[in-house]
Amino acid sequence: MSDAIVAQDLVRKFGDLTVVDKVSFQVKHGEVFGFLGPNGSGKTTVIKMLTGILPLTGGKGVVDGIDVSENPDEVKRRIGYMSQKFSLYDDLTVLENLRFYAQVYGLRGAEINRKIEETMARNAIEPYKDRLAGKLSGGWKQRLALGCAMLHNPKILYLDEPTAGIDPVARRKLWDLLFDLSGQGITFFVTTHYMDEAERCSHLAYIYYGKLIADGTPDTLREIPEVRPPGTHRFEISTKDVTTALRKARKLPFMRSATIFGRSIHALIDDKITEQELTRELDNIGVHPDEIRPLAPDLEDVFVELTYRHQAEREAASGQSV
Amino acid sequence: MDSPFRGFRAIFYKESLHLRRDSMAIMFALLIPLVEMVILGAAIDTNVRQVKTVVYDQSGIMEQTGESHGSQQSRALLDRFRNSDTFKVYKYVHSDKELTEEMVAGRAKVALKIPYDFDRQLLRGDSAQVMVLLDGSDSSVAGQTMNVASAIGLDESLSRMLPPGEKPAIEIRPKVMFNPDSRSPNFFLPGLMAVLLLFVTTMLTAFSIVREKERGTLEQLFVTPVRPLGLMMGKIMPYFGLAIVELLMILAFMHYAFRVPIHGSILLLVGLSMCYMFTHLSLGMLISSKANSQNDAMQRSMGIMLPSIFLSGYIFPRDTMPLIFYAMSYFVPATYMMDIARGIILRGAGLAELWFNAAMLLIMGLAVLLLAARNFKKMIV
Repeated sequence: MSDAIVAQDLVRKFGDLTVVDKVSFQVKHGEVFGFLGPNGSGKTTVIKMLTGILPLTGGKGVVDGIDVSENPDEVKRRIGYMSQKFSLYDDLTVLENLRFYAQVYGLRGAEINRKIEETMARNAIEPYKDRLAGKLSGGWKQRLALGCAMLHNPKILYLDEPTAGIDPVARRKLWDLLFDLSGQGITFFVTTHYMDEAERCSHLAYIYYGKLIADGTPDTLREIPEVRPPGTHRFEISTKDVTTALRKARKLPFMRSATIFGRSIHALIDDKITEQELTRELDNIGVHPDEIRPLAPDLEDVFVELTYRHQAEREAASGQSV
Repeated sequence: MDSPFRGFRAIFYKESLHLRRDSMAIMFALLIPLVEMVILGAAIDTNVRQVKTVVYDQSGIMEQTGESHGSQQSRALLDRFRNSDTFKVYKYVHSDKELTEEMVAGRAKVALKIPYDFDRQLLRGDSAQVMVLLDGSDSSVAGQTMNVASAIGLDESLSRMLPPGEKPAIEIRPKVMFNPDSRSPNFFLPGLMAVLLLFVTTMLTAFSIVREKERGTLEQLFVTPVRPLGLMMGKIMPYFGLAIVELLMILAFMHYAFRVPIHGSILLLVGLSMCYMFTHLSLGMLISSKANSQNDAMQRSMGIMLPSIFLSGYIFPRDTMPLIFYAMSYFVPATYMMDIARGIILRGAGLAELWFNAAMLLIMGLAVLLLAARNFKKMIV
């Protein structure tokens, strides 16, 4: 069976600006693919290219076996798309919104009603069918939007920050639903800024300034050498005044990198330095931590580390060119 | 086979629902026209009548009391003014100061001063002078009253010079065609039609698309199999329908409530109005392709509305405009519609006289539509 989505050296330029630079990845059928990256890194542009809206400047995109450059309209017919704004019509009822999207996707006659019934049952929105969409709460809006995007049984769904501004319970419920559906063979292409959501994806890719800088399962990403360079280890340092402590700790010669996480510092240090030595060194510079414990890198560490590394590379590159 | 109009039915269905729930749109299309027609049809009369006039008659002053009841000659002249229907003498004053005061206060638009030697000059066969002061702050009233006053003077002079029973050598017999009673509704209402249709077509279409931009639903539609033409037509058609309903309503109201006769073919009027609607629906599309908020769309719509009202000949005649504005008025679609509406309704004109107007509207509409389509294409990318 072929892959659900194949991106091969995708390039998109706007004038002289290269927004997407040779991005390649493959998404298998039934995967929940998390596509991550800071705002403005080219995430949306990649989605636009892989949904058939935006022509490619270079490379090749194949979605459900269809080339996006050759037949964008066929691609649009086979996919579902839900944006963070949910794109519902507030002055239309739940039923009217569903009816509209059913027509948009070319359903006809009795099929329209059958699919609407089915969708309402699956998302449990039947009791609200005559309510205006604008009067629904965030979680229900999101269910309705997902229902609208799935009326035509797409095998691939693009969800652009689907949980932005949704309460934690609704978020959890949505992800449960996604896994349920992916078990039935539906592929999800999801963007998110939430690390707990990223952890749940079966496949992750990280884009930074148009370049794909990480691609793999959450477990393999945690082990990549940039994040865990040979000869280093990681500690979590809990202390009272984290900001001052961070400034001081960064001056230590064996400190590779240090970042604040809540009320603690995540520090990457040379593995020649033991936990006892670290405590002593911190003591010497006037930092008295409440607790120090070894730490396995989590995904946030991975992405922060990757971002710093590539930021430094970019600055070095632009410094040279100037 | 994939139709380029794919998605039309879905969009049309949705847009009709929006329209049904949008009380503002319904008000724009159906209520505002009625209110404006009542205002323009019943309240405004451009014919200058019964202008308030103050008189200071010095002739025939009583030596003892200083009071004046005018002389025989001056009373005859004042009767002429009164009978003209243009002037309404509401007060006699007894000094220059009072006369000026009435004018400055705005209570009088016209002041007549008849000098103390009025009778004597006439009897002696000299030219008797009457001073007429006019309030120029309303130029059309000043202009018309001046003409009537001069005409009264000329007429009075002639009748004194000619022997009794003799007719003047030349007699002008004016006949006003198409609007013989010079009724204001006949002039204003056909023009108002063009202005009112513009609201529904340009503004409501622009709003309907900009609203989707604001909400982010337009972005969603681009990801669906809906084709651009299906989207555009699905958006336009409900408003097109609404505009036709509005047009018929205006015509009925104009004809039955304000008794404006329709001399030409109603079918032709509806047909040519559709050309005009097309031009303005395209303009609405163009606005929505540029505007990013409903406020922005409103501002841009105003940019179309104002020239349509002031340059089209709706209120001010085009022929008296300075050359540059006259030239500009050729680029205002309402100019052509004004001519079509007045032509068919008042002059009974047919397609033979009006085909050029219709062609211009269609050409402008097509050009604007192409421009809008190009902008939309850029917007997606």
